[in-house]
Amino acid sequence: MTTPTAVLAGYQAKRRAVRPRSRKPWYKNGSLVAGMTIVGLLVLMAVLAPVIAPYDPIQQDLTATLQSPSAAHWLGTDKFGRDVLSRLIWGARVNLRIGFLAVLIPFVFGSVLGGIAGYFGGWIDAIIMRIVDVFFAFPFYVMVIALVFILGAGEASIYLAIAAVSWVSYAKIVRGEVLVAKKQDYVVGARLGGMSHTRVLVRHIGPNVLSQAIIYGMSDIVMDIMAVVTLGYLGLGIAPPTAEWGSMILDGQEFITTLWQQATIPGLIVVVTSLGVSWLGDGLSDLLSPDRRK
Amino acid sequence: MLETPLPGVTELPGVTNLLSVTDLTLGVKRSNSSTVIVDSVSFDVATGDRFGIVGESGSGKSMTLRAIANLLPVGVQVMSGSIRYNGQELVGMNRGKRRGLMGPEIAMIFQEPMTALNPVMRVGEQIAEGPRRHLGLSRKAAMDLAVSMMGRTGIPDPARRALAYPHELSGGLRQRIMIAMAISCRPKLILCDEPTTALDVTVQRQVLRLLEELCDDFGASLVFVTHDLAVVNQTCRNLAVMYAGRMVETGRVKDVFRDPRHPYTKGLLDSAPDFDQPHRPLIPIPGFPANLANRPNACAFAPRCPFVRDHCLEESPPLAPVEPGRDAACFYSDEIFKKVTV
Amino acid sequence: MSVDEAVLRVSSITKTYHLGNVLLERLSKNKESHSALTALGGIDLELRKGEILALVGESGSGKSTLAKILVGSVAATSGDVFHEGSPVPARRGKDLTRRIQMVFQDPYSSLNPRMSVGSVLSELLLVHKIVPRREVRAESIRLLNRVGLDADVLDAYPSQFSGGQRQRIAIARALAVRPDVLIADEPVSALDVSVQATILELFKSLRDELGLSSLFVAHNLAVVQHLSQRVAVMYLGRIVEVAETAELFANPRHPYTRALIASIPRMTAESVNDDFVLEGEPPSPFNIPQGCRFHPRCPFAVQACIETDPALMPVAAGHDSACLRAHELPTFSSFPVCQEVL
Repeated sequence: MTTPTAVLAGYQAKRRAVRPRSRKPWYKNGSLVAGMTIVGLLVLMAVLAPVIAPYDPIQQDLTATLQSPSAAHWLGTDKFGRDVLSRLIWGARVNLRIGFLAVLIPFVFGSVLGGIAGYFGGWIDAIIMRIVDVFFAFPFYVMVIALVFILGAGEASIYLAIAAVSWVSYAKIVRGEVLVAKKQDYVVGARLGGMSHTRVLVRHIGPNVLSQAIIYGMSDIVMDIMAVVTLGYLGLGIAPPTAEWGSMILDGQEFITTLWQQATIPGLIVVVTSLGVSWLGDGLSDLLSPDRRK
Repeated sequence: MLETPLPGVTELPGVTNLLSVTDLTLGVKRSNSSTVIVDSVSFDVATGDRFGIVGESGSGKSMTLRAIANLLPVGVQVMSGSIRYNGQELVGMNRGKRRGLMGPEIAMIFQEPMTALNPVMRVGEQIAEGPRRHLGLSRKAAMDLAVSMMGRTGIPDPARRALAYPHELSGGLRQRIMIAMAISCRPKLILCDEPTTALDVTVQRQVLRLLEELCDDFGASLVFVTHDLAVVNQTCRNLAVMYAGRMVETGRVKDVFRDPRHPYTKGLLDSAPDFDQPHRPLIPIPGFPANLANRPNACAFAPRCPFVRDHCLEESPPLAPVEPGRDAACFYSDEIFKKVTV
Repeated sequence: MSVDEAVLRVSSITKTYHLGNVLLERLSKNKESHSALTALGGIDLELRKGEILALVGESGSGKSTLAKILVGSVAATSGDVFHEGSPVPARRGKDLTRRIQMVFQDPYSSLNPRMSVGSVLSELLLVHKIVPRREVRAESIRLLNRVGLDADVLDAYPSQFSGGQRQRIAIARALAVRPDVLIADEPVSALDVSVQATILELFKSLRDELGLSSLFVAHNLAVVQHLSQRVAVMYLGRIVEVAETAELFANPRHPYTRALIASIPRMTAESVNDDFVLEGEPPSPFNIPQGCRFHPRCPFAVQACIETDPALMPVAAGHDSACLRAHELPTFSSFPVCQEVL
């Protein structure tokens, strides 16, 4: 029989130790896993395109145009005889790349401006926020389309157009978070500890406020993918003959009654991508924000 | 004014305890496990009594109160045990009937009046809501009742204040509004969850006096949950001390404070600054509060108890009488406190 | 600097907040449109070397504002702050900032949830060059041991700790930069009773072993009585009484102080003087009464009290009171039932 003092010492040793984090492990987070799986598969598909696509996506075969799905062409061919499946696979490269990258610039730019506005307040805040308000007044698609029109079609213009318009949301979100965070005692404590403004903003406030921006960024990726698709559908996107889901839908809509796959399958993959990214965002939100309350 | 008894609720003969809780166990049920947060709690509250439940955070005192008030948060359920109010069993009672009890029979006062009051409704209307629903009063009659209740709780210029919104009032006034809401249907049992913790000390004094007066006037019983020992001493006659979801000591307040019979109660009394004994050193309780998820079959206080013995780590002590009218959940209570060798 | 020189002194400090949109008001040129809140209306106070001075008051008293002004996170509207005799500039240098540190009330927001304890401490030690880089870890462990924690806390994040442990970490953080003065804004109010005792004892040991001077803002008078050498009582932006602790509670010379003492719930004695139960609510700082700020609620108010705003005057050795009738007040004992030998 162990002596009570020994057992007590054991208890007390455990007591003095740090409490384990009682958080759900990431692999039990349903949304996160689902999102990572879907996005992961899509990225894999894009990366392995040269390997898994049966045909060259831009190679035309005018002898075999508008064919229904067959053993040779699993999803058929489009009006230029190009294999739809290969175009779908290669298209992932374009759409995913633009979708993810187009978020980066507004994220950085918007967060920095929003952080400065929220932290310093006063006239800096007033000026930045009035500019933000101006941008907010315009509907997203109207602005993007107008800008792409002005800048000319092409990938660079898409990045610029989207960045010019969507940075404002990040600014607003981060500003709001910073306004709350800067009143927290730990920020006051950091300033009292002699930390400079820059250090406080970057090292102390930064990690606490960026999680909201990251989560918003996920939904923004969905929005950007849709924007590329829409631009492609309107003929303002990536120039043909590059494979891209939006232009595929545009090409395929003429044949919706006969060869429905050509428009519908790209549409479905856009839906699946959006779903995957949304789930990823949900899962990240759980992961990044659980200890916000305490 | 409102003396007609409500249908369905009659005074049963031979029942002296208004509220009788027996072996109440509350827990959180998850898919593959369940965590007990209140473990086999039993106590009785007589008519007109003022009963305090004292404990620190994590002791389960608020949950116990909420179980009586039928306000358990989502996920927490009554796993076993009984709550008898006026002879009727509340656990498992038909939902409509249970809801019907809240207001005219049982009322609750919360700690934070700002979140307990509806911010977009005028306070007079909020008080009048209960009587309109439970007592079937007309809108005007209910509002008149609300104003008179506000006056009764010491709110100056009640007719005008009844038109205010909660954010326009100070903390003390909001708490009085909550009390007015609670007493508007003349309940027999008033449950209070730390009602004065968020208030200034002078306002606290006023509110506590008010509660005492109202209980005396209406003949209502009070169950008062708090962590403040001095407040319990001033307001309650009987008390129960809770630790880690279990009740560890019960008895009359004066007796328990003068002569505690459980090591935790003693530790609590020794660590609290007592205004009347400024030179008594404060002796903190070593260790950290118990982790409810990891409950070994032992005394919950054992890891921190200065009097611990082997047996304490093997079995959980039941709440047993140590004297008439006093219970303690400690195997060695008599030895430790009465210096009686067994 | 002589031994009795105040380590921190403030003179005629006022603080007025202007609410509402400053830009629009300046444009509108309408002088009545903005609402001014006078949080502090002229404070003179000194903190002596090696003492714990308690600052006591209820909501609206301005005690938190004064604490923030002392530590430099809020600028006073007018008045001067002196540190060891020298005036403190509006923008404090790094060295002066480090010598006056603060411990906050809420243990849950005073630590950065995304920084480990070790990184918080090492950052401070390095920025202020307290110790060379290779000794940072050892010094961090020493600091943690000083507040009763172990080295394994270094790699952990705040969410893994309880309230009491977090407060200890917060105190360690404040001590890291080797301050002379610690301003503690209600550091134990959010903690359980048994945990409070550990923090209070920690403050005492810091005073005894490090010679630290502390200003302890509190609302719990039992805590104040236990811990501090001197007490300053605030009401509505003014200091109304200052004295040594024992003297203040034995012989209070301001009606507000008496009312405060009378409101304290007791653990052993019955209620004290019922004559001093304060009626009504504390007035809003937007609407400060004319003359003596306390006169609307004062049972001893006379005509002179409505006309003159009394200054803080000595009424006995080391005992100041801002009451015109300080010498005429009837004798008051805080302990009528228990005869305490002080």
